[in-house]
Amino acid sequence: MDTFLGFDAVMLARMQFGFTVAFHFIFPAVSIGLASFLAVLNGLFLWTKDEAYLRLFKYWLKIFAITFAMGVVSGITMSYQFGTNWSVFSDIAGPVIGPLMAYEVLTAFFLEAGFLGIMIFGRDKVGPGLHMFACLMVAVGTAISATWILSVNSWMQTPQGFAVAENGQFVPEDWWAIIFNPSFPYRLAHTLTAAYLTTAFIVGGVGAWHLLRGQRENPGVRTMFSMAMWMAAIVAPVQIFLGDAHGLNTLEHQPAKVMAMEGHFESHPDGAPLYLFGIPDQEAQELKYAVGIPKLSSLILKHHLDAPLDGLDTIPRDEQPPVAVVFWSFRVMVGIGFAMLGIGMWSLWARFRKRLFEAPWLHRAALVMGPSGLVAVIAGWITTEVGRQPYVVYGALRTAEAHSPLGASAVGASLIAFVVIYFVIFGAGVAYILKLMHHAPALGERGVRVEPGPIRTAGVTPQNQMRESGHDIAPETP
Amino acid sequence: MFYSIDLTIAWALLLAFSVFVYVVLDGFDLGIGILYPFFREKSDRDIMMNSVAPVWDGNETWLVLGGGGLFAAFPMAYAIIMPAVYPPIIAMLLALIFRGVAFEYRWRANSRLSKRAWDAAFIGGSVTAALAQGIILGAFLQGIEVEGRAYAGGWWDWLTPFSILCGVAVVAGYAFLGACWLNMKLEGEIQHRVRIMARGFFVATIIGIAAVSLATPFLGAGYAARWFDWPQIALTAPVPILIAGIALLLFRTLFHPERDRLPFILGLVLFALCFLGLGISIWPLAVPQEITLWEAAAPAKSQLFMFVGAIVLVPIILGYTAYAYWVFRGKLDPEKGYH
Repeated sequence: MDTFLGFDAVMLARMQFGFTVAFHFIFPAVSIGLASFLAVLNGLFLWTKDEAYLRLFKYWLKIFAITFAMGVVSGITMSYQFGTNWSVFSDIAGPVIGPLMAYEVLTAFFLEAGFLGIMIFGRDKVGPGLHMFACLMVAVGTAISATWILSVNSWMQTPQGFAVAENGQFVPEDWWAIIFNPSFPYRLAHTLTAAYLTTAFIVGGVGAWHLLRGQRENPGVRTMFSMAMWMAAIVAPVQIFLGDAHGLNTLEHQPAKVMAMEGHFESHPDGAPLYLFGIPDQEAQELKYAVGIPKLSSLILKHHLDAPLDGLDTIPRDEQPPVAVVFWSFRVMVGIGFAMLGIGMWSLWARFRKRLFEAPWLHRAALVMGPSGLVAVIAGWITTEVGRQPYVVYGALRTAEAHSPLGASAVGASLIAFVVIYFVIFGAGVAYILKLMHHAPALGERGVRVEPGPIRTAGVTPQNQMRESGHDIAPETP
Repeated sequence: MFYSIDLTIAWALLLAFSVFVYVVLDGFDLGIGILYPFFREKSDRDIMMNSVAPVWDGNETWLVLGGGGLFAAFPMAYAIIMPAVYPPIIAMLLALIFRGVAFEYRWRANSRLSKRAWDAAFIGGSVTAALAQGIILGAFLQGIEVEGRAYAGGWWDWLTPFSILCGVAVVAGYAFLGACWLNMKLEGEIQHRVRIMARGFFVATIIGIAAVSLATPFLGAGYAARWFDWPQIALTAPVPILIAGIALLLFRTLFHPERDRLPFILGLVLFALCFLGLGISIWPLAVPQEITLWEAAAPAKSQLFMFVGAIVLVPIILGYTAYAYWVFRGKLDPEKGYH
């Protein structure tokens, strides 16, 4: 068989798609959350006239601009990879999912990109009202985009509303059934909430960093940490509830995925254990060194201790997903989810004792948890996508039959190029973002495009000029 | 059945429109990257980049619509063309990453070396993306080998003298559009310099257009027939005549110091006419020389579902895109970056 470094063309195409989409996913996950955060900050500034909100808006706007640019350029890649690497899938499933993706472009991408320039550069040009409108349009655009692409993804997990034509193409029969397929509402709620939670922990981590570095009196730092901890306390429990509901939905429609998540190789006719640890051995079809709590899995999934649960022994070998990957990625996601809940509860306790800004151990924990949402999002995505294998469209089209007629060397060469360039480009981007985060939000925070040195803006009062200059010499209260 | 045929044509026109909008919008903004090597002063480069900073990602969204629309309305064509031009597509995508992030990174880098590195990324990315787009056009025009519903050629088939010629022509054309854009947005000494540059790239563009036009009829019998057979020739002949007329007019305005906007507008018209010429060559194929639009079309139900949305949404998109351009209209003040 035609191989490259020991991998065949299908495996290489899967690696390339997985790598580029995992990298891409990080940026929208953050920009969905940040866009809403920025709209809220700008709204609060216009409403209260409190300078701390404007300061935070300008501070996070710079980080948002970099994140958004990385999201745009890594996203263009995705819209072409369906064709370059999965041409058979594109040909067969295109009539169903193509229109949904076209709607994503028409209703979301243009909206975001069209108003982004005004959001970043246009406050002075269009006035506060229209600028606020632009911020809202960008935030709404990111959420609309997530809605469409998650509908597509959900349809690939739980396809319905289509027929198979003579030429092999999937032909749409009922658009309502296609868009609102069974797993879509659950996946949408779970993923959007994940994006907000991820952003909240990033914001909280940055706030914690500056609290630990002696910026306790900086109103921007206090506000961002407090807002983030409210999100953690309120949204983390909601997310665990949504995750549970999504899991039950998966059990109904993709039982093999849940079996892999749970590590249930064998069937349990009277109550299945919840395995906390184990080494899945798919060859031997057993979970080695298993540590579990008896009957708890049946309680969670069936709401009854003695409810029977089928295992992978009811699924033919060539229909099973790779168990180890699904089993572990699921545990990483769930573990982080509960750690987030812990931080949320801890912050409530500190807030209740009026020590929210004077609790260094909470701040250290929040700092460590800062990037955890990104890990959880990727782990969750791996759980659901690898859990769908060996199908690309669940039950309807196998991954091994969906790839392009390309040689392994062509795909291998492009995969190496993607890996090298993504690490260089996005590594630099992360470094620039960390550098921005390292500075505390200051009075008269700069906008996105101001070069160091004297600002020669015409027509501002000397006091404003001092405030806009960005040097921290200005007193806290003008 | 007849309405599905109408929809297929409608989709072909809509996709052609979005590719055209992409070509002219991202054309001038890639063109700025191509012109970067001719401006060594940091302040010149800052203002050149700032002239497109608020609009560049909107411009690139039209490329996503082109790819996504092809996927949705002509999935079979998308599935054949993408593997056929795999290396240039990947090169274009990676190049767009380099130049896209340069818009943000350039302002975050604080050492001279890293600033230069992102300038180089902006230049290299812009040139490579333009070259790759031209090569893809050339590979598409010269024909793609198909078997059944899939690409059947090798992974170097796209590389021919003709595709390279198209690539170079597109680089020249984008540089010309970029120079016209800067002529409109800048003033003073730098405007004088871009105007001189616009003349040079204009000549290169015209040579490119002529060379591609002369070579195309030799690529396949279909092309010659569509251009020269009676009675089509009555419809096709005005296109090259109009191009020649616009070219003459453009040449004169480029020597007129008072004309700031006209060269850019005439440049758009020139591109539109070339695009029309390409359309005449390709019609009614979705994949030259094998697959027609109707053979590649998605089922009517898919095309109709999208068309209902597109007919409402595209005018709205054009409206707020125009608004964004209007907000940032006029000459750029070199003393004042965007805040």
